[in-house]
Amino acid sequence: MFSEFLQYLFTGITIGATYALIALGFTLIYNASHVINFAQGEFLMIGGMATVSLTAMGVPMLLAIVLAVVLAGVLGIALQRLAIAPAKNADVVTLIIITIGASIFIRGLAQLVWGKEYHVMPNFSSDEPIEIFGAVLNTQSLWVLGVGAVLVAVLVYFFTRTLTGKAILATSMNKDAARLVGIRTQVVLMLAFMVSALLGSIAGIVVAPITFTSYDIGIILGLKGFVAAAIGGLGSGLGAVVGGLALGVVEAMAAGYLSSDYKDAVAFSMILLVLFFMPRGLFGAKVVERV
Amino acid sequence: MMARFSDFRLKGLVFLAIVVFALPMFISNPFHYGLATQTALVAAAVVGLNLLVGFAGQISLGHAGFFGLGAYFSAIMTSNYGWSAIPALVLGAVFVAIIAWIVGRPILRLKGHYLSMATLAVGFIIAIILNNEREITGGPDGMPVPSFDVFGWELSVFGQYSLFGMDISGDLAWYLFAGVVLLVAVWLAQNLIDSPIGRALRSVHGSEVAASVVGVNTAKYKSLVFVISAVYASVMGALYGHFQGFITPSVASFDFSILLITMVVLGGMGSTIGVIIGAVVLELLPQLLADFQEMEMVLFGLILMLTMIFMPKGLLPTAANLLAKRRAKSAGGDA
Repeated sequence: MFSEFLQYLFTGITIGATYALIALGFTLIYNASHVINFAQGEFLMIGGMATVSLTAMGVPMLLAIVLAVVLAGVLGIALQRLAIAPAKNADVVTLIIITIGASIFIRGLAQLVWGKEYHVMPNFSSDEPIEIFGAVLNTQSLWVLGVGAVLVAVLVYFFTRTLTGKAILATSMNKDAARLVGIRTQVVLMLAFMVSALLGSIAGIVVAPITFTSYDIGIILGLKGFVAAAIGGLGSGLGAVVGGLALGVVEAMAAGYLSSDYKDAVAFSMILLVLFFMPRGLFGAKVVERV
Repeated sequence: MMARFSDFRLKGLVFLAIVVFALPMFISNPFHYGLATQTALVAAAVVGLNLLVGFAGQISLGHAGFFGLGAYFSAIMTSNYGWSAIPALVLGAVFVAIIAWIVGRPILRLKGHYLSMATLAVGFIIAIILNNEREITGGPDGMPVPSFDVFGWELSVFGQYSLFGMDISGDLAWYLFAGVVLLVAVWLAQNLIDSPIGRALRSVHGSEVAASVVGVNTAKYKSLVFVISAVYASVMGALYGHFQGFITPSVASFDFSILLITMVVLGGMGSTIGVIIGAVVLELLPQLLADFQEMEMVLFGLILMLTMIFMPKGLLPTAANLLAKRRAKSAGGDA
């Protein structure tokens, strides 16, 4: 009984940590540019798929991971420079459609290069699961949680202790004021997309041994990240982490105790419920509309 | 000014009618008729969605959910319970209207991305239910839908009909029917836009706060247009099911929701003729790109991105602008 609960909890926290990283990516871009990037999930796909294909070509695992992350970072910059920046005065919906176009484009490229098959990535360390109170914990789950924790710590450091991080925060608060004090906001926007892509690709790589990977895995992962970010409140880093973990755990519990067919429905009902009572998510900024 | 405005609207409708009825002169094979019929039905749903997006300024990333609900309601009633098509379609529309009203009230209080998220969630929940209630919906494999019938008279793509003494094939008959449905959908939408309700909606789009200050009950009008656009989707979904003869949960999928809103934005938000052009382009584009096989997805994404980057207002408004500019230029040259 308890072991069952623990099992679902492990599963939930692992996938939740992934959602949290995707949500953080959304948050970063949202804060810097008020764009919801529907191509966010594609960064995860690129990370996983590039690592798998590079290792298959004989590149050592660690180097393959670095190259995959760099590739995603370049893609993030390209997305901002080539697709988002030229459309700066567009409507919210138009920007959504542009990022959706970008995600279809990236997915199409991935399908051209890597085909439509599912790819398996080996665990980073031992395949032997760990047993805790009768529940089994995959070693890869520890990798996901560990890497997730490190990334969050690095982000916190980046935004509170470094000048570049503070420049991104300043730009998100008031772009014009930031520009007045000499922050190059165009560079900041590029940085935000790049960091977001790096985050996404790393998440995609550590979770790939658990979920497998294929050219179209980014759609649903990206959407779940958006759900997590909205639960937490768009723009809140803490909210992204809490929202991601909560979504993962609720999903795993729903799959275990209710029905695995309806686990996604539970996730989407949860976001509706949260928004009914808290229209700006759990930690969203209480914005007063100026008329 | 007002007279010229409605005159312009009437011209649009007449233009559309000419295109719809002239098209059979240029196509003859059943595949093309099928494509044209499907496009007309989807375009009519998009005209409804445009009322919400283009006029009231709200976002829906889950509209296929209502399209799918309408399609499945009709399919289940006619196929499992032996109902006639019209009562099934009407009751389905009422059912969808009630659902849209119930979820619309709390959802439409949300703004911007939160509204996108909530509508996306509603669409997903509907699609998941249709996928999983296998005993009723047939699950992911889908279910058959009987032909559309009116008082015992059946409209089927395999039938043979005579109209004004002319023999016409079932494909052509369905196309003409769908064309008339589209024209009626446009006519109703235009009447709504020119009514006091339409003015209230446009004021909500302009500034919700200003609208409520001058006494527009913004919550009521937003819910109302949400329900109307959901009913449009439901009716077109039902007809679409009858026409295809078979439906799967993909009619309610997220992909289809995205396709519908993309048609609105690509064609030109707020322009009824524009969004129909958007529907036509996005229905035909995959057919044209099919020749490129593996490149299809890359090209589709690229075209979508580039069009929206360089014509953020959509195809028709951008073209109209260009035309107006050129005209102004040549007029200036004469002086």
